[in-house]
Amino acid sequence: MKFGVVVFPGSNCDHDARYAIGEVLHQPVDFIWHQSEDLSGFDAIIVPGGFSYGDYLRTGAIARFSPVMRALDRFARVGGLVLGICNGFQILCEAGLLPGALLRNTGLRFICRHVHIRVETTATPFTSAARPGQVLRIPIAHAEGNFVCDATTLVDLKRNDQIAFRYCAPDGSLDSLSNPNGSLDFIAGVCSRERNVLGLMPHPERAVEAALGSTDGLVVFRSLIAALARQPAAVS
Amino acid sequence: METEIKVTPQLAAEHGLTPDEYARVQKILGRVPSFTELGVFSVMWSEHCSYKSSRLHLKRLPTQGPQVLQGPGENAGAVDVGDGWAAVFKIESHNHPSYVEPFQGAATGVGGILRDIFTMGARPIAVLDSLRFGSIVANNDGVVSEVIARNRRLVDGVVRGIAFYGNCFGVPTAGGEVAFEPGYAGNPLVNVLALGVAPKDQLFFARARGEGNPVIYVGAKTGRDGIHGASLLASAEFTEESQQKRPNVQVGDPFLEKLLLEACLEAMATGAVVGIQDMGAAGLTSTSCEMASRGGVGIEIELARVPQRETGMTPYEMMLSESQERMLLVAERGREQQVFAVFRKWGLDAVEIGRVTSDGLLRVLHHGQVAAEIPAQALAHEAPVYDRPAAPPRPASPQSPEPRVTLAPPGTDLTQNFLRLLAAPNIASKHWIFEQYDHMVRTNTLAVPGTADAAVLRLKGTRRALALSTGGNGRWCALDPRLGAMHAVAESARNVAAVGARPWAATNCLNFGNPEKPEVMWQFRQAVDGIAEACRVLKIPITGGNVSFYNDTLGKSIDPTPVLGVLGVLEDAAHVVTTGFRAEGDLILLLDGHRGEGTAGAGASASASNRSAAALREFSSSEYARSVTETRAGIVGGAPPAIDLVAEQRLIEALVSLAGQGLLASAHDISDGGLATALAECCFAAKSLSAQVSLHACEQAELALFGESGAHAVVSVTRPNLAGVLAVAAQYGVAAHEIGAVIRGPFRIQWNGHLLVSADVSLLADAWAGAIERAVLGRRDSGKR
Repeated sequence: MKFGVVVFPGSNCDHDARYAIGEVLHQPVDFIWHQSEDLSGFDAIIVPGGFSYGDYLRTGAIARFSPVMRALDRFARVGGLVLGICNGFQILCEAGLLPGALLRNTGLRFICRHVHIRVETTATPFTSAARPGQVLRIPIAHAEGNFVCDATTLVDLKRNDQIAFRYCAPDGSLDSLSNPNGSLDFIAGVCSRERNVLGLMPHPERAVEAALGSTDGLVVFRSLIAALARQPAAVS
Repeated sequence: METEIKVTPQLAAEHGLTPDEYARVQKILGRVPSFTELGVFSVMWSEHCSYKSSRLHLKRLPTQGPQVLQGPGENAGAVDVGDGWAAVFKIESHNHPSYVEPFQGAATGVGGILRDIFTMGARPIAVLDSLRFGSIVANNDGVVSEVIARNRRLVDGVVRGIAFYGNCFGVPTAGGEVAFEPGYAGNPLVNVLALGVAPKDQLFFARARGEGNPVIYVGAKTGRDGIHGASLLASAEFTEESQQKRPNVQVGDPFLEKLLLEACLEAMATGAVVGIQDMGAAGLTSTSCEMASRGGVGIEIELARVPQRETGMTPYEMMLSESQERMLLVAERGREQQVFAVFRKWGLDAVEIGRVTSDGLLRVLHHGQVAAEIPAQALAHEAPVYDRPAAPPRPASPQSPEPRVTLAPPGTDLTQNFLRLLAAPNIASKHWIFEQYDHMVRTNTLAVPGTADAAVLRLKGTRRALALSTGGNGRWCALDPRLGAMHAVAESARNVAAVGARPWAATNCLNFGNPEKPEVMWQFRQAVDGIAEACRVLKIPITGGNVSFYNDTLGKSIDPTPVLGVLGVLEDAAHVVTTGFRAEGDLILLLDGHRGEGTAGAGASASASNRSAAALREFSSSEYARSVTETRAGIVGGAPPAIDLVAEQRLIEALVSLAGQGLLASAHDISDGGLATALAECCFAAKSLSAQVSLHACEQAELALFGESGAHAVVSVTRPNLAGVLAVAAQYGVAAHEIGAVIRGPFRIQWNGHLLVSADVSLLADAWAGAIERAVLGRRDSGKR
């Protein structure tokens, strides 16, 4: 079982993802340079947060053209597990691996703080270890996390149980005060129709140690590890 | 070849060189300088680069200690923090650019100090900002003057600029402080502190050596931006025309800097890098001559090889450009390809533009023609040094020492006053600001802003953590610069100790007015003496920093504002102490480093009436006196609290020891807003907890609740730990008064049997939490006076 963490120019949560997987969860993990097209040997890929190419254009719009994204596309098509966090989520949306897009936060400011998100489905390899409706306390840190999609897509997302996380109050209720960025229908994370690709704006890798204020992000990585343990071998 | 402009004494004067300095230039060269040489001398000998007015006085600062690996004089200071690691840190100002262009000014301030850190081989792990602005609160009649509206725009622009750069670069902006005083309206202060870490045997220095070694330019291309930033923006007073200097402000590219960081650290790891320096103020000029001078060698560069983003740039423009995100490095001859390969991988320019020579000259060629040829040592390290005249300000200044505060009659309920104090911008929550900064990236932040007295960053791979705090009180320094500066050191050190870290080293940013004014020079000398004395007593060496003079607009100088950044070391990161109360039933103790009775620090040996007069004078300079009592608006009176550095030292030692033994549930030093504010903040940082406190004090109620005398802290402890805490306090000679308990229910403070403050924590929190956002965004001010 081996994790890969993609490094784009401007990725800056790559080290954090690697630390969470390697040092906290003691799983094999390596960086993957954005110019690499070879994902052989990897069983799950993390597309980490940061500011790929400075986010000077639309977030993720340049990174999606990196050579590694071609390989990632192939990897995902054969069922490989891909987790996009923050900028990684934005890149996966740009690449068409996930539905929707991320606009600027409604307040037009960067927001960094702990928020609460509710697990909306446990039927994904990234949430299977959670309880349905479990509330997680996990930080966000973004200026463009306002999820949108068209009405048809939203209907599809609901019908296919693709909404993985919603922003919520500490008690799990949905009220507008607990939606930090104006996301459509409180959506904080979605998975692909085939359920093997998931993106979310909050940073589970920042919530894996009590010393950092929360361990609620562990459930995402533990789900992933359990899913990989069920898989016979590397998919690519 | 272009024909260069001919240099005349008048042209030299326009470049800011005095007749004496120009004569000195001619003597060094033995001839009239070329136009490029004049430009080069004018930036290197500017106040900003040469420290010509401050150097003589900075020598009085203590800079030695067994922990010091690198003191002042390099890109940044470095100290040994244990387990083989070095902490590299420094604070710098970017005041003038931030006034002219707040977003880019603040952004490039962050970028500049980050380069200073990673050019030493250290990966930046935290940034703190110390900011000062004019008032952002509407007048009593609700009118928002043009000045206040501008101050609000400055706050917004500076915060956005810091967020833009730090967030993209990927360094947590983990702390700092913000204060608002009318004196900064025409000249805000933007001081940025950066901290990095590196294995202590793998530090890099800005020294050239090895004749024939290649000099390599890396990073962004050179443009015409920022020319004369150091000399014209940072080394002259502001006038109404200063807005026209906007083209002198650089433009930041945090993405490029992030690439530069990764590429530099990777290039250093190859072992092929001999020396490296970032191109900050004075750009290519300062890097080339300083690296040559420090290494005792010469450097020859060919400007035609410099990557340029504009055509037709002259040698003068290229040497003086302050384009950001550039570095100059010297590599080992024969291994330059290893360096080039790394920079190619990261998509950055890396070009050999010259070589190290043995003649001690900075020789600048342009298409083979000599554009400048100057002894590097004379240029970089033999700038003129001035002992400028100093004289105390005339006592007729508005800062007269008489008490100006009128106290409420004994027994008056102070709840309303307390609510107003909590909503005062200097006291109110800064979460609207720090939530715009990514303060968690790199997953080392053990205490997010607002939850501890200092930023705390763990050192991965060890059990250690580093704590950092910045502090400085311009209002006190205006009244007494020496005493105010001592408080700046003591408060920052106390903050670091409150989280459980031992104060280990400090960096300082000295923000003052025009040094050619004798009263400013007097303030500067007094402040340096105050810092020196406090650092000596508290055993905190200064490892570097920055002096920012000429903070004057339209002839008016800012309040003298020395900002101290104190670094502390926690041997066990598990023992970090935060400010929030932890559990109902815990006991609240007031720790007082003064051995005497009572909670006031004023004049322990004086008679009772003298003591009371002195205490009132000191209280007149408090935040409460300024923002709550009916004093004349904007006028600061009284004197800073007297300071007892030995008492500070005792309290620091006690706090570090208590934390190290795991005896504290929470700790918070008492500073702005006094004991009552500290108690409320301990509640705000807790989950649904409150405090019930009863004071038995001989001093008046408002002094006991809101006084700001130093060497005090509030701690909470579990009942089983009480005896242990009292024993440690006694061991260090610190008085520990049990003043109350952590409860659920209303927040209450009694004074000599009178209930003076009583309110739900949620009510207090409402006043405190939204005040800054309401003010900056111009929303209706519910905390209106």
